[in-house]
Amino acid sequence: MIRAQVEGQPYIDWGWIADHMDDVWTRLIEHSYLTFLAVAIGMLISFPLAIFAHRHRRSYGPIAAVTGLLYTIPSLALFAFLVPYTRLSVLTAEIGLVSYTLLILIRGVVSGLSGVPSDAREAALGMGYSRSELLWRVELPLSTPVIIAGIRIATVTTIGLVTVTALIGKGGLGFFILMGIDRNFPTASLLGSILSLGLAVLVDFLLVRVERLVTPWAHRERRATI
Amino acid sequence: MPEAMIRLEDVTKRFDSTDQSAVEGLSMEVADGETVVLVGPSGCGKTTTMKMINRLVEPTSGHIFVDGTDVLEQDAVRLRRGIGYVIQSIGLLPHRTVAQNMATVPKLEGWEGGRIEERISELVSIFDLDERMLERYPSELSGGQRQRVGVARALAADPPVMLMDEPFGAVDPIVRERLQDQFLDIQRRLQKTIVFVTHDIDEAIKIADRIAILNVGGKIEQFATPEEILRQPANDFVRKFVGVERGLKRLALMKVEEIRVEDGPVTAPGSSSKDALEELARFDFDWISVVEDGELLGWVDRSGLEKAERVSDVDPRPFSAYVTGESTLREALDSIVTSRTQVAVVATEGQRYKGILTLEKISKEIVT
Ligand SMILES: Nc1ncnc2c1ncn2[C@@H]1O[C@H](COP(=O)(O)OP(=O)(O)OP(=O)(O)O)[C@@H](O)[C@H]1O
Ligand SMILES: [Mg+2]
Repeated sequence: MIRAQVEGQPYIDWGWIADHMDDVWTRLIEHSYLTFLAVAIGMLISFPLAIFAHRHRRSYGPIAAVTGLLYTIPSLALFAFLVPYTRLSVLTAEIGLVSYTLLILIRGVVSGLSGVPSDAREAALGMGYSRSELLWRVELPLSTPVIIAGIRIATVTTIGLVTVTALIGKGGLGFFILMGIDRNFPTASLLGSILSLGLAVLVDFLLVRVERLVTPWAHRERRATI
Repeated sequence: MPEAMIRLEDVTKRFDSTDQSAVEGLSMEVADGETVVLVGPSGCGKTTTMKMINRLVEPTSGHIFVDGTDVLEQDAVRLRRGIGYVIQSIGLLPHRTVAQNMATVPKLEGWEGGRIEERISELVSIFDLDERMLERYPSELSGGQRQRVGVARALAADPPVMLMDEPFGAVDPIVRERLQDQFLDIQRRLQKTIVFVTHDIDEAIKIADRIAILNVGGKIEQFATPEEILRQPANDFVRKFVGVERGLKRLALMKVEEIRVEDGPVTAPGSSSKDALEELARFDFDWISVVEDGELLGWVDRSGLEKAERVSDVDPRPFSAYVTGESTLREALDSIVTSRTQVAVVATEGQRYKGILTLEKISKEIVT
Protein backbone atom coordinates (compact mmCIF):
# COMPACT_ATOMS: atom_id res chain seq x y z
CA MET A 1 0.00 0.00 0.00
CA ILE A 2 2.94 2.35 0.36
CA ARG A 3 3.23 4.64 -2.55
CA ALA A 4 5.78 7.34 -3.10
CA GLN A 5 5.46 10.57 -4.99
CA VAL A 6 6.79 9.73 -8.39
CA GLU A 7 7.51 12.01 -11.29
CA GLY A 8 4.49 12.16 -13.60
CA GLN A 9 2.05 10.76 -11.09
CA PRO A 10 -0.92 13.09 -10.32
CA TYR A 11 -0.44 15.23 -7.20
CA ILE A 12 -3.79 14.15 -5.81
CA ASP A 13 -4.67 10.53 -6.08
CA TRP A 14 -8.47 10.64 -6.33
CA GLY A 15 -8.69 6.88 -6.64
CA TRP A 16 -6.98 6.42 -3.31
CA ILE A 17 -9.43 8.82 -1.64
CA ALA A 18 -12.38 7.00 -3.13
CA ASP A 19 -11.00 3.70 -1.83
CA HIS A 20 -10.68 5.09 1.68
CA MET A 21 -14.04 6.83 2.17
CA ASP A 22 -14.85 4.65 5.18
CA ASP A 23 -11.62 5.69 6.85
CA VAL A 24 -12.35 9.34 6.05
CA TRP A 25 -15.73 9.13 7.78
CA THR A 26 -14.34 7.40 10.82
CA ARG A 27 -11.58 9.97 11.23
CA LEU A 28 -13.94 12.87 10.62
CA ILE A 29 -16.28 11.61 13.32
CA GLU A 30 -13.39 10.97 15.68
CA HIS A 31 -12.11 14.48 15.02
CA SER A 32 -15.50 16.02 15.74
CA TYR A 33 -15.89 13.92 18.85
CA LEU A 34 -12.48 14.87 20.26
CA THR A 35 -13.23 18.53 19.57
CA PHE A 36 -16.69 18.43 21.09
CA LEU A 37 -15.45 16.63 24.17
CA ALA A 38 -12.61 19.11 24.68
CA VAL A 39 -14.83 22.19 24.32
CA ALA A 40 -17.59 20.67 26.44
CA ILE A 41 -15.25 19.75 29.28
CA GLY A 42 -13.54 23.09 28.85
CA MET A 43 -16.88 24.83 29.33
CA LEU A 44 -17.69 22.75 32.40
CA ILE A 45 -14.43 23.83 34.00
CA SER A 46 -14.41 27.40 32.72
CA PHE A 47 -17.95 28.34 33.68
CA PRO A 48 -17.69 28.03 37.44
CA LEU A 49 -14.16 29.46 37.39
CA ALA A 50 -15.25 32.45 35.33
CA ILE A 51 -18.28 33.08 37.52
CA PHE A 52 -16.06 32.86 40.58
CA ALA A 53 -13.57 35.26 39.00
CA HIS A 54 -16.42 37.62 38.12
CA ARG A 55 -17.73 37.66 41.69
CA HIS A 56 -14.33 37.87 43.32
CA ARG A 57 -12.39 40.25 41.17
CA ARG A 58 -9.10 39.53 42.87
CA SER A 59 -9.15 35.87 41.83
CA TYR A 60 -9.20 36.72 38.13
CA GLY A 61 -5.49 37.58 38.04
CA PRO A 62 -4.27 34.20 39.30
CA ILE A 63 -6.84 32.27 37.25
CA ALA A 64 -5.84 34.11 34.09
CA ALA A 65 -2.16 33.57 34.88
CA VAL A 66 -2.49 29.81 35.33
CA THR A 67 -4.64 29.25 32.26
CA GLY A 68 -2.39 31.59 30.30
CA LEU A 69 0.60 29.47 31.28
CA LEU A 70 -1.20 26.30 30.15
CA TYR A 71 -1.94 28.03 26.86
CA THR A 72 1.73 28.75 26.21
CA ILE A 73 3.04 25.23 26.81
CA PRO A 74 3.94 23.77 23.41
CA SER A 75 1.50 20.97 22.67
CA LEU A 76 4.26 18.52 21.78
CA ALA A 77 6.00 19.13 25.09
CA LEU A 78 2.76 18.66 26.97
CA PHE A 79 2.03 15.33 25.32
CA ALA A 80 5.59 14.15 25.86
CA PHE A 81 5.19 15.00 29.51
CA LEU A 82 1.81 13.28 29.88
CA VAL A 83 2.34 10.07 27.96
CA PRO A 84 4.41 8.32 30.68
CA TYR A 85 1.49 8.84 33.08
CA THR A 86 -1.63 8.54 30.99
CA ARG A 87 -0.21 6.63 28.03
CA LEU A 88 -1.45 6.93 24.47
CA SER A 89 -5.08 7.44 25.41
CA VAL A 90 -8.01 9.73 24.73
CA LEU A 91 -7.38 11.01 28.23
CA THR A 92 -3.93 12.26 27.27
CA ALA A 93 -5.30 13.95 24.18
CA GLU A 94 -8.15 15.56 26.08
CA ILE A 95 -6.00 16.85 28.92
CA GLY A 96 -3.99 18.73 26.36
CA LEU A 97 -6.92 19.92 24.29
CA VAL A 98 -9.00 20.99 27.27
CA SER A 99 -6.19 22.94 28.83
CA TYR A 100 -5.82 25.01 25.66
CA THR A 101 -9.52 25.95 25.66
CA LEU A 102 -9.56 27.22 29.24
CA LEU A 103 -7.89 30.58 28.69
CA ILE A 104 -10.16 31.48 25.78
CA LEU A 105 -13.37 30.22 27.37
CA ILE A 106 -12.79 31.81 30.77
CA ARG A 107 -11.88 35.08 29.18
CA GLY A 108 -15.04 34.91 27.06
CA VAL A 109 -17.34 34.30 30.01
CA VAL A 110 -15.64 36.91 32.22
CA SER A 111 -15.69 39.61 29.58
CA GLY A 112 -19.27 38.69 28.71
CA LEU A 113 -20.31 39.09 32.33
CA SER A 114 -18.44 42.33 32.84
CA GLY A 115 -20.00 43.70 29.65
CA VAL A 116 -23.51 43.42 31.10
CA PRO A 117 -24.86 46.99 31.26
CA SER A 118 -24.75 48.13 34.87
CA ASP A 119 -28.19 49.71 34.58
CA ALA A 120 -29.74 46.36 33.65
CA ARG A 121 -28.01 44.78 36.63
CA GLU A 122 -29.11 47.52 38.99
CA ALA A 123 -32.68 47.52 37.72
CA ALA A 124 -32.86 43.75 38.15
CA LEU A 125 -31.57 43.93 41.71
CA GLY A 126 -33.90 46.82 42.43
CA MET A 127 -36.88 44.78 41.25
CA GLY A 128 -35.99 42.00 43.64
CA TYR A 129 -33.84 39.46 41.81
CA SER A 130 -31.68 37.42 44.16
CA ARG A 131 -27.98 37.12 43.31
CA SER A 132 -28.42 33.75 41.63
CA GLU A 133 -31.56 34.83 39.73
CA LEU A 134 -29.58 37.82 38.55
CA LEU A 135 -26.79 35.56 37.29
CA TRP A 136 -28.97 33.01 35.52
CA ARG A 137 -31.75 35.21 34.20
CA VAL A 138 -29.97 38.44 33.42
CA GLU A 139 -26.18 38.32 33.43
CA LEU A 140 -25.64 35.03 31.59
CA PRO A 141 -28.33 35.62 28.95
CA LEU A 142 -26.89 39.06 28.29
CA SER A 143 -23.35 37.64 28.06
CA THR A 144 -24.36 34.95 25.58
CA PRO A 145 -23.12 36.69 22.42
CA VAL A 146 -19.66 37.21 23.94
CA ILE A 147 -19.58 33.72 25.47
CA ILE A 148 -20.46 32.17 22.11
CA ALA A 149 -17.77 34.27 20.45
CA GLY A 150 -15.33 32.67 22.92
CA ILE A 151 -16.69 29.20 22.17
CA ARG A 152 -16.20 29.81 18.45
CA ILE A 153 -12.54 30.70 18.88
CA ALA A 154 -11.97 27.81 21.27
CA THR A 155 -13.66 25.35 18.91
CA VAL A 156 -11.80 26.45 15.82
CA THR A 157 -8.50 26.38 17.71
CA THR A 158 -9.27 22.92 19.06
CA ILE A 159 -10.15 21.55 15.62
CA GLY A 160 -6.67 22.61 14.52
CA LEU A 161 -5.00 21.17 17.61
CA VAL A 162 -6.73 17.80 17.37
CA THR A 163 -4.58 17.04 14.31
CA VAL A 164 -1.50 17.26 16.54
CA THR A 165 -2.82 14.51 18.78
CA ALA A 166 -2.26 12.17 15.85
CA LEU A 167 1.24 11.98 17.25
CA ILE A 168 -0.08 10.03 20.23
CA GLY A 169 -2.25 7.81 18.08
CA LYS A 170 -5.50 9.78 18.27
CA GLY A 171 -5.89 12.85 16.15
CA GLY A 172 -8.88 12.27 13.86
CA LEU A 173 -8.00 13.83 10.53
CA GLY A 174 -4.46 14.41 11.78
CA PHE A 175 -3.96 10.72 11.04
CA PHE A 176 -4.01 11.46 7.31
CA ILE A 177 -1.66 14.41 7.65
CA LEU A 178 0.84 12.34 9.56
CA MET A 179 0.50 9.45 7.13
CA GLY A 180 1.15 11.78 4.20
CA ILE A 181 4.32 13.06 5.83
CA ASP A 182 5.52 9.61 6.86
CA ARG A 183 5.04 8.11 3.44
CA ASN A 184 5.74 11.18 1.36
CA PHE A 185 2.20 10.95 0.02
CA PRO A 186 0.72 14.49 -0.38
CA THR A 187 -2.77 13.25 -1.16
CA ALA A 188 -3.27 12.11 2.43
CA SER A 189 -1.77 15.26 3.98
CA LEU A 190 -3.88 17.50 1.79
CA LEU A 191 -7.00 15.48 2.49
CA GLY A 192 -6.45 15.75 6.25
CA SER A 193 -5.69 19.46 6.14
CA ILE A 194 -8.56 20.43 3.88
CA LEU A 195 -11.12 18.37 5.76
CA SER A 196 -9.96 19.80 9.08
CA LEU A 197 -10.17 23.30 7.67
CA GLY A 198 -13.62 22.58 6.22
CA LEU A 199 -14.79 21.20 9.54
CA ALA A 200 -13.63 24.37 11.32
CA VAL A 201 -15.43 26.60 8.83
CA LEU A 202 -18.61 24.55 9.04
CA VAL A 203 -18.70 24.40 12.84
CA ASP A 204 -17.96 28.11 13.09
CA PHE A 205 -20.83 28.84 10.72
CA LEU A 206 -23.18 26.63 12.75
CA LEU A 207 -22.20 28.40 15.95
CA VAL A 208 -22.97 31.75 14.35
CA ARG A 209 -26.43 30.43 13.47
CA VAL A 210 -26.95 29.14 16.99
CA GLU A 211 -25.93 32.49 18.41
CA ARG A 212 -28.47 34.29 16.22
CA LEU A 213 -31.13 31.84 17.25
CA VAL A 214 -30.62 32.11 20.99
CA THR A 215 -30.03 35.87 21.12
CA PRO A 216 -32.61 37.39 18.77
CA TRP A 217 -32.56 40.59 20.81
CA ALA A 218 -28.95 41.27 19.87
CA HIS A 219 -29.71 41.30 16.16
CA ARG A 220 -32.75 43.52 15.77
CA GLU A 221 -32.43 46.72 13.87
CA ARG A 222 -33.41 49.74 15.86
CA ARG A 223 -36.69 50.88 14.41
CA ALA A 224 -38.08 53.42 16.77
CA THR A 225 -41.22 55.44 16.41
CA ILE A 226 -42.75 57.90 18.82
CA MET B 1 -51.50 61.87 61.98
CA PRO B 2 -51.31 58.41 60.40
CA GLU B 3 -48.04 56.47 60.48
CA ALA B 4 -45.74 57.65 57.69
CA MET B 5 -45.31 55.15 54.84
CA ILE B 6 -41.60 55.93 54.56
CA ARG B 7 -39.58 57.35 57.42
CA LEU B 8 -35.88 58.21 57.41
CA GLU B 9 -34.30 58.80 60.81
CA ASP B 10 -30.95 60.53 60.96
CA VAL B 11 -29.65 58.56 57.99
CA THR B 12 -26.00 58.86 57.01
CA LYS B 13 -24.15 57.22 54.15
CA ARG B 14 -20.42 57.39 53.75
CA PHE B 15 -18.98 55.46 50.81
CA ASP B 16 -15.74 53.60 51.56
CA SER B 17 -13.76 55.40 48.92
CA THR B 18 -14.59 58.89 50.16
CA ASP B 19 -14.23 60.78 53.41
CA GLN B 20 -17.16 63.11 52.74
CA SER B 21 -20.63 61.75 53.42
CA ALA B 22 -22.92 61.39 50.41
CA VAL B 23 -25.83 61.81 52.83
CA GLU B 24 -25.44 63.16 56.36
CA GLY B 25 -28.04 62.97 59.11
CA LEU B 26 -31.08 63.03 56.83
CA SER B 27 -34.53 62.70 58.40
CA MET B 28 -37.83 62.89 56.54
CA GLU B 29 -41.25 61.33 56.35
CA VAL B 30 -43.43 60.50 53.41
CA ALA B 31 -47.12 60.00 54.16
CA ASP B 32 -49.23 57.25 52.66
CA GLY B 33 -50.33 58.26 49.15
CA GLU B 34 -48.04 61.26 49.04
CA THR B 35 -45.68 62.25 46.24
CA VAL B 36 -42.46 63.68 47.64
CA VAL B 37 -39.99 65.05 45.13
CA LEU B 38 -36.29 65.31 45.94
CA VAL B 39 -34.54 68.06 44.01
CA GLY B 40 -31.06 69.42 44.29
CA PRO B 41 -27.81 69.88 42.43
CA SER B 42 -25.99 66.94 40.89
CA GLY B 43 -24.19 64.82 43.48
CA CYS B 44 -26.24 66.04 46.45
CA GLY B 45 -27.25 62.49 47.36
CA LYS B 46 -30.69 62.10 45.77
CA THR B 47 -30.00 58.73 44.20
CA THR B 48 -28.15 57.53 47.28
CA THR B 49 -31.12 58.45 49.49
CA MET B 50 -33.48 56.59 47.21
CA LYS B 51 -31.31 53.50 47.02
CA MET B 52 -31.11 53.32 50.80
CA ILE B 53 -34.89 52.98 50.92
CA ASN B 54 -34.79 49.73 48.92
CA ARG B 55 -31.41 48.72 50.34
CA LEU B 56 -29.47 48.84 47.10
CA VAL B 57 -27.24 50.97 49.32
CA GLU B 58 -26.93 50.23 53.02
CA PRO B 59 -26.87 53.25 55.31
CA THR B 60 -23.74 53.76 57.42
CA SER B 61 -25.96 54.78 60.32
CA GLY B 62 -29.57 55.70 61.02
CA HIS B 63 -32.84 53.91 60.40
CA ILE B 64 -35.27 53.67 57.53
CA PHE B 65 -38.80 52.42 57.97
CA VAL B 66 -41.14 51.38 55.18
CA ASP B 67 -44.70 50.79 56.27
CA GLY B 68 -43.59 50.72 59.89
CA THR B 69 -40.81 48.12 59.56
CA ASP B 70 -37.10 48.79 59.65
CA VAL B 71 -35.81 47.92 56.18
CA LEU B 72 -32.61 46.48 57.62
CA GLU B 73 -34.68 43.88 59.45
CA GLN B 74 -36.38 42.72 56.27
CA ASP B 75 -35.13 40.38 53.59
CA ALA B 76 -33.73 42.73 50.93
CA VAL B 77 -35.17 40.72 48.03
CA ARG B 78 -38.68 40.64 49.53
CA LEU B 79 -38.49 44.32 50.38
CA ARG B 80 -37.55 45.27 46.83
CA ARG B 81 -40.34 43.26 45.24
CA GLY B 82 -42.80 45.36 47.20
CA ILE B 83 -41.29 48.65 46.03
CA GLY B 84 -41.62 49.80 42.42
CA TYR B 85 -38.28 51.12 41.22
CA VAL B 86 -37.48 53.21 38.18
CA ILE B 87 -33.73 53.78 37.92
CA GLN B 88 -32.08 56.88 36.56
CA SER B 89 -31.17 55.22 33.27
CA ILE B 90 -34.42 53.20 32.98
CA GLY B 91 -32.56 49.87 32.85
CA LEU B 92 -34.89 47.83 30.65
CA LEU B 93 -33.52 44.33 30.22
CA PRO B 94 -32.23 44.27 26.62
CA HIS B 95 -32.83 40.54 26.14
CA ARG B 96 -36.49 40.69 27.09
CA THR B 97 -39.36 42.02 25.02
CA VAL B 98 -41.42 44.91 26.29
CA ALA B 99 -44.08 42.50 27.54
CA GLN B 100 -41.48 40.33 29.28
CA ASN B 101 -39.90 43.38 30.86
CA MET B 102 -43.24 44.50 32.24
CA ALA B 103 -43.90 40.99 33.54
CA THR B 104 -40.64 40.89 35.53
CA VAL B 105 -41.87 41.36 39.08
CA PRO B 106 -45.20 39.52 38.66
CA LYS B 107 -43.16 36.60 37.34
CA LEU B 108 -40.72 36.72 40.25
CA GLU B 109 -43.76 36.77 42.50
CA GLY B 110 -45.01 33.60 40.85
CA TRP B 111 -48.18 34.95 39.26
CA GLU B 112 -49.71 32.55 36.77
CA GLY B 113 -49.64 33.27 33.06
CA GLY B 114 -53.25 34.38 32.66
CA ARG B 115 -53.04 36.90 35.45
CA ILE B 116 -49.79 38.33 34.09
CA GLU B 117 -51.29 38.73 30.63
CA GLU B 118 -54.31 40.47 32.08
CA ARG B 119 -52.09 42.82 34.03
CA ILE B 120 -50.05 43.65 30.95
CA SER B 121 -53.12 44.61 28.94
CA GLU B 122 -54.18 46.73 31.87
CA LEU B 123 -50.80 48.51 31.87
CA VAL B 124 -51.00 48.96 28.12
CA SER B 125 -54.25 50.83 28.51
CA ILE B 126 -53.17 52.81 31.60
CA PHE B 127 -50.02 54.00 29.84
CA ASP B 128 -51.63 54.37 26.47
CA LEU B 129 -49.03 52.08 24.87
CA ASP B 130 -49.23 50.49 21.45
CA GLU B 131 -50.15 46.77 21.61
CA ARG B 132 -47.75 46.06 18.76
CA MET B 133 -44.91 47.35 20.89
CA LEU B 134 -45.20 44.45 23.34
CA GLU B 135 -43.22 42.02 21.23
CA ARG B 136 -40.39 44.44 20.52
CA TYR B 137 -37.07 44.59 22.30
CA PRO B 138 -36.05 47.72 24.22
CA SER B 139 -33.51 48.64 21.53
CA GLU B 140 -36.43 49.02 19.14
CA LEU B 141 -38.18 51.72 21.16
CA SER B 142 -37.84 55.48 21.20
CA GLY B 143 -36.59 57.24 24.32
CA GLY B 144 -40.09 58.29 25.34
CA GLN B 145 -41.48 54.80 24.87
CA ARG B 146 -38.67 53.35 26.96
CA GLN B 147 -39.39 55.74 29.79
CA ARG B 148 -43.05 54.78 29.78
CA VAL B 149 -42.27 51.08 29.71
CA GLY B 150 -39.85 51.61 32.61
CA VAL B 151 -42.55 53.24 34.69
CA ALA B 152 -45.15 50.66 33.66
CA ARG B 153 -42.77 47.87 34.65
CA ALA B 154 -42.27 49.40 38.08
CA LEU B 155 -46.03 49.52 38.57
CA ALA B 156 -46.69 46.01 37.30
CA ALA B 157 -47.08 44.19 40.59
CA ASP B 158 -49.05 47.13 41.99
CA PRO B 159 -46.60 48.02 44.76
CA PRO B 160 -47.83 50.54 47.34
CA VAL B 161 -44.50 52.39 47.25
CA MET B 162 -42.64 53.68 44.20
CA LEU B 163 -39.13 55.07 43.91
CA MET B 164 -38.57 56.99 40.70
CA ASP B 165 -35.12 58.36 39.89
CA GLU B 166 -35.42 60.96 37.15
CA PRO B 167 -37.89 58.80 35.25
CA PHE B 168 -38.45 61.44 32.57
CA GLY B 169 -34.85 62.58 32.39
CA ALA B 170 -33.84 61.51 28.93
CA VAL B 171 -36.60 62.90 26.72
CA ASP B 172 -37.31 66.18 24.99
CA PRO B 173 -39.46 68.81 26.74
CA ILE B 174 -42.64 68.05 24.80
CA VAL B 175 -42.60 64.32 25.46
CA ARG B 176 -41.54 65.03 29.03
CA GLU B 177 -44.56 67.21 29.60
CA ARG B 178 -46.84 64.55 28.21
CA LEU B 179 -45.27 61.93 30.48
CA GLN B 180 -45.73 64.24 33.48
CA ASP B 181 -49.40 64.79 32.68
CA GLN B 182 -49.86 61.08 32.31
CA PHE B 183 -48.04 60.49 35.58
CA LEU B 184 -50.31 62.95 37.42
CA ASP B 185 -53.36 61.38 35.90
CA ILE B 186 -52.30 57.88 36.94
CA GLN B 187 -51.22 58.97 40.41
CA ARG B 188 -54.58 60.63 41.02
CA ARG B 189 -56.20 57.27 40.44
CA LEU B 190 -53.69 54.96 42.14
CA GLN B 191 -52.58 57.06 45.13
CA LYS B 192 -49.18 55.42 45.54
CA THR B 193 -46.60 56.61 48.01
CA ILE B 194 -43.91 58.01 45.75
CA VAL B 195 -40.40 59.31 46.17
CA PHE B 196 -39.47 61.02 42.93
CA VAL B 197 -36.07 62.46 42.07
CA THR B 198 -35.46 65.17 39.52
CA HIS B 199 -33.21 68.13 39.06
CA ASP B 200 -35.84 70.04 37.18
CA ILE B 201 -37.55 72.37 39.64
CA ASP B 202 -40.49 72.92 37.27
CA GLU B 203 -41.13 69.20 37.12
CA ALA B 204 -41.01 69.11 40.92
CA ILE B 205 -43.47 71.98 41.24
CA LYS B 206 -45.81 70.33 38.82
CA ILE B 207 -46.05 66.86 40.31
CA ALA B 208 -45.11 67.12 44.00
CA ASP B 209 -47.32 67.14 47.03
CA ARG B 210 -44.20 68.21 48.87
CA ILE B 211 -40.73 69.08 47.65
CA ALA B 212 -37.51 68.45 49.55
CA ILE B 213 -34.78 70.75 48.32
CA LEU B 214 -31.45 69.11 49.08
CA ASN B 215 -28.00 70.60 49.29
CA VAL B 216 -24.70 68.71 49.01
CA GLY B 217 -24.53 65.94 51.61
CA GLY B 218 -28.25 65.35 51.53
CA LYS B 219 -28.90 68.40 53.70
CA ILE B 220 -32.54 69.47 53.55
CA GLU B 221 -32.76 73.20 52.85
CA GLN B 222 -36.54 73.22 52.72
CA PHE B 223 -39.23 70.55 52.82
CA ALA B 224 -42.63 72.01 52.02
CA THR B 225 -45.44 72.18 49.48
CA PRO B 226 -44.58 73.70 46.09
CA GLU B 227 -46.84 76.64 46.86
CA GLU B 228 -45.03 77.37 50.12
CA ILE B 229 -41.59 77.00 48.61
CA LEU B 230 -42.49 79.51 45.92
CA ARG B 231 -44.19 81.90 48.30
CA GLN B 232 -41.67 81.67 51.11
CA PRO B 233 -38.29 80.26 50.12
CA ALA B 234 -36.51 79.32 53.36
CA ASN B 235 -33.13 80.79 52.40
CA ASP B 236 -30.91 82.00 49.59
CA PHE B 237 -30.07 78.50 48.45
CA VAL B 238 -33.73 77.72 47.88
CA ARG B 239 -34.37 81.11 46.32
CA LYS B 240 -31.52 80.56 43.89
CA PHE B 241 -32.59 77.02 43.14
CA VAL B 242 -36.17 77.96 42.47
CA GLY B 243 -34.84 80.65 40.20
CA VAL B 244 -36.43 83.69 38.66
CA GLU B 245 -40.11 83.75 37.75
CA ARG B 246 -41.13 82.54 41.18
CA GLY B 247 -44.36 84.48 40.86
CA LEU B 248 -45.14 83.03 37.47
CA LYS B 249 -44.43 79.53 38.71
CA ARG B 250 -46.88 80.06 41.54
CA LEU B 251 -49.51 81.13 39.06
CA ALA B 252 -49.00 77.80 37.34
CA LEU B 253 -50.01 76.08 40.58
CA MET B 254 -53.29 77.96 41.02
CA LYS B 255 -56.46 77.15 39.20
CA VAL B 256 -58.92 79.74 37.99
CA GLU B 257 -61.67 78.03 40.00
CA GLU B 258 -59.72 78.72 43.20
CA ILE B 259 -60.16 82.45 42.93
CA ARG B 260 -63.23 84.63 42.55
CA VAL B 261 -63.70 85.77 38.99
CA GLU B 262 -64.83 89.32 38.29
CA ASP B 263 -68.06 90.50 36.80
CA GLY B 264 -67.88 91.71 33.21
CA PRO B 265 -70.40 93.38 30.94
CA VAL B 266 -73.08 90.89 29.89
CA THR B 267 -76.20 91.16 27.80
CA ALA B 268 -78.81 88.81 26.36
CA PRO B 269 -79.90 88.54 22.72
CA GLY B 270 -83.36 89.79 23.75
CA SER B 271 -82.08 93.06 25.27
CA SER B 272 -82.23 96.40 23.52
CA SER B 273 -79.05 97.91 22.14
CA LYS B 274 -79.52 100.87 24.42
CA ASP B 275 -79.41 98.74 27.57
CA ALA B 276 -76.42 96.87 26.25
CA LEU B 277 -74.56 100.10 25.50
CA GLU B 278 -75.27 101.34 29.00
CA GLU B 279 -73.96 98.15 30.54
CA LEU B 280 -70.88 98.40 28.38
CA ALA B 281 -70.28 102.00 29.42
CA ARG B 282 -70.57 101.02 33.10
CA PHE B 283 -67.50 98.79 32.73
CA ASP B 284 -65.75 101.19 30.37
CA PHE B 285 -65.43 98.43 27.76
CA ASP B 286 -65.96 98.63 24.03
CA TRP B 287 -67.40 95.11 23.74
CA ILE B 288 -69.93 93.01 25.66
CA SER B 289 -70.49 89.27 26.16
CA VAL B 290 -73.72 87.86 24.82
CA VAL B 291 -75.19 85.19 27.10
CA GLU B 292 -78.47 83.36 26.62
CA ASP B 293 -79.78 81.32 29.57
CA GLY B 294 -76.25 81.08 30.95
CA GLU B 295 -74.73 79.96 27.67
CA LEU B 296 -71.95 82.10 26.23
CA LEU B 297 -72.76 82.91 22.60
CA GLY B 298 -69.88 85.29 21.87
CA TRP B 299 -69.36 89.02 21.89
CA VAL B 300 -70.50 92.14 20.07
CA ASP B 301 -68.74 95.53 19.97
CA ARG B 302 -69.93 99.07 20.50
CA SER B 303 -70.03 100.13 16.85
CA GLY B 304 -72.18 97.09 16.01
CA LEU B 305 -74.66 97.91 18.76
CA GLU B 306 -74.88 101.58 17.83
CA LYS B 307 -76.24 100.65 14.41
CA ALA B 308 -78.75 98.11 15.77
CA GLU B 309 -82.10 98.17 17.50
CA ARG B 310 -81.69 95.03 19.56
CA VAL B 311 -78.71 92.91 20.52
CA SER B 312 -80.05 90.02 18.43
CA ASP B 313 -79.73 92.20 15.29
CA VAL B 314 -75.95 91.81 15.56
CA ASP B 315 -74.34 88.43 15.00
CA PRO B 316 -72.21 87.65 18.09
CA ARG B 317 -68.63 86.80 17.26
CA PRO B 318 -67.07 83.79 19.00
CA PHE B 319 -64.26 84.33 21.48
CA SER B 320 -60.97 83.23 20.01
CA ALA B 321 -59.98 81.98 23.46
CA TYR B 322 -61.47 81.65 26.87
CA VAL B 323 -60.27 79.99 30.06
CA THR B 324 -62.04 77.42 32.22
CA GLY B 325 -62.02 76.74 35.95
CA GLU B 326 -59.47 74.00 35.29
CA SER B 327 -57.04 76.41 33.62
CA THR B 328 -54.13 77.69 35.67
CA LEU B 329 -53.76 81.35 36.48
CA ARG B 330 -50.67 81.28 34.32
CA GLU B 331 -52.75 80.23 31.34
CA ALA B 332 -55.27 82.94 32.20
CA LEU B 333 -52.46 85.47 32.30
CA ASP B 334 -51.29 84.31 28.92
CA SER B 335 -54.80 84.68 27.58
CA ILE B 336 -55.00 88.22 28.97
CA VAL B 337 -51.76 89.50 27.54
CA THR B 338 -52.40 88.02 24.12
CA SER B 339 -55.98 89.24 23.81
CA ARG B 340 -56.63 92.58 22.17
CA THR B 341 -58.84 93.64 25.04
CA GLN B 342 -56.51 92.63 27.92
CA VAL B 343 -59.26 90.51 29.47
CA ALA B 344 -59.69 86.75 29.83
CA VAL B 345 -63.25 85.45 29.62
CA VAL B 346 -64.00 82.57 31.98
CA ALA B 347 -66.49 79.88 30.99
CA THR B 348 -66.97 76.18 31.68
CA GLU B 349 -66.09 73.46 29.19
CA GLY B 350 -69.76 73.51 28.23
CA GLN B 351 -69.64 77.23 27.37
CA ARG B 352 -71.43 78.35 30.56
CA TYR B 353 -70.43 81.96 31.22
CA LYS B 354 -68.62 82.59 34.54
CA GLY B 355 -67.11 86.07 34.35
CA ILE B 356 -63.82 87.70 33.42
CA LEU B 357 -60.25 87.98 34.70
CA THR B 358 -58.02 91.03 34.37
CA LEU B 359 -54.32 91.67 34.85
CA GLU B 360 -55.03 93.58 38.03
CA LYS B 361 -56.91 90.68 39.60
CA ILE B 362 -54.14 88.22 38.81
CA SER B 363 -51.31 90.41 40.05
CA LYS B 364 -53.21 90.67 43.34
CA GLU B 365 -53.06 86.87 43.57
CA ILE B 366 -49.28 86.91 43.20
CA VAL B 367 -48.86 89.35 46.06
CA THR B 368 -51.02 87.56 48.64
N1 LIG C 1 -20.92 53.72 44.78
C1 LIG C 1 -20.37 54.89 45.15
N2 LIG C 1 -19.11 54.93 45.62
C2 LIG C 1 -18.55 56.10 46.02
N3 LIG C 1 -19.17 57.28 45.97
C3 LIG C 1 -20.43 57.31 45.51
C4 LIG C 1 -21.11 56.12 45.07
N4 LIG C 1 -22.34 56.46 44.66
C5 LIG C 1 -22.44 57.79 44.83
N5 LIG C 1 -21.31 58.31 45.35
C6 LIG C 1 -21.07 59.72 45.68
O1 LIG C 1 -22.09 60.15 46.54
C7 LIG C 1 -22.51 61.46 46.21
C8 LIG C 1 -24.01 61.48 45.95
O2 LIG C 1 -24.28 60.74 44.78
P1 LIG C 1 -25.74 60.53 44.21
O3 LIG C 1 -25.64 59.58 43.10
O4 LIG C 1 -26.65 60.19 45.33
O5 LIG C 1 -26.07 61.99 43.68
P2 LIG C 1 -27.38 62.52 42.94
O6 LIG C 1 -27.94 63.59 43.80
O7 LIG C 1 -28.29 61.40 42.58
O8 LIG C 1 -26.76 63.19 41.65
P3 LIG C 1 -27.34 63.26 40.14
O9 LIG C 1 -28.31 64.38 40.14
O10 LIG C 1 -26.13 63.60 39.34
O11 LIG C 1 -27.92 61.95 39.80
C9 LIG C 1 -21.67 61.90 45.04
O12 LIG C 1 -20.62 62.70 45.49
C10 LIG C 1 -21.15 60.60 44.46
O13 LIG C 1 -19.90 60.79 43.87
MG1 LIG D 1 -28.88 60.55 40.76
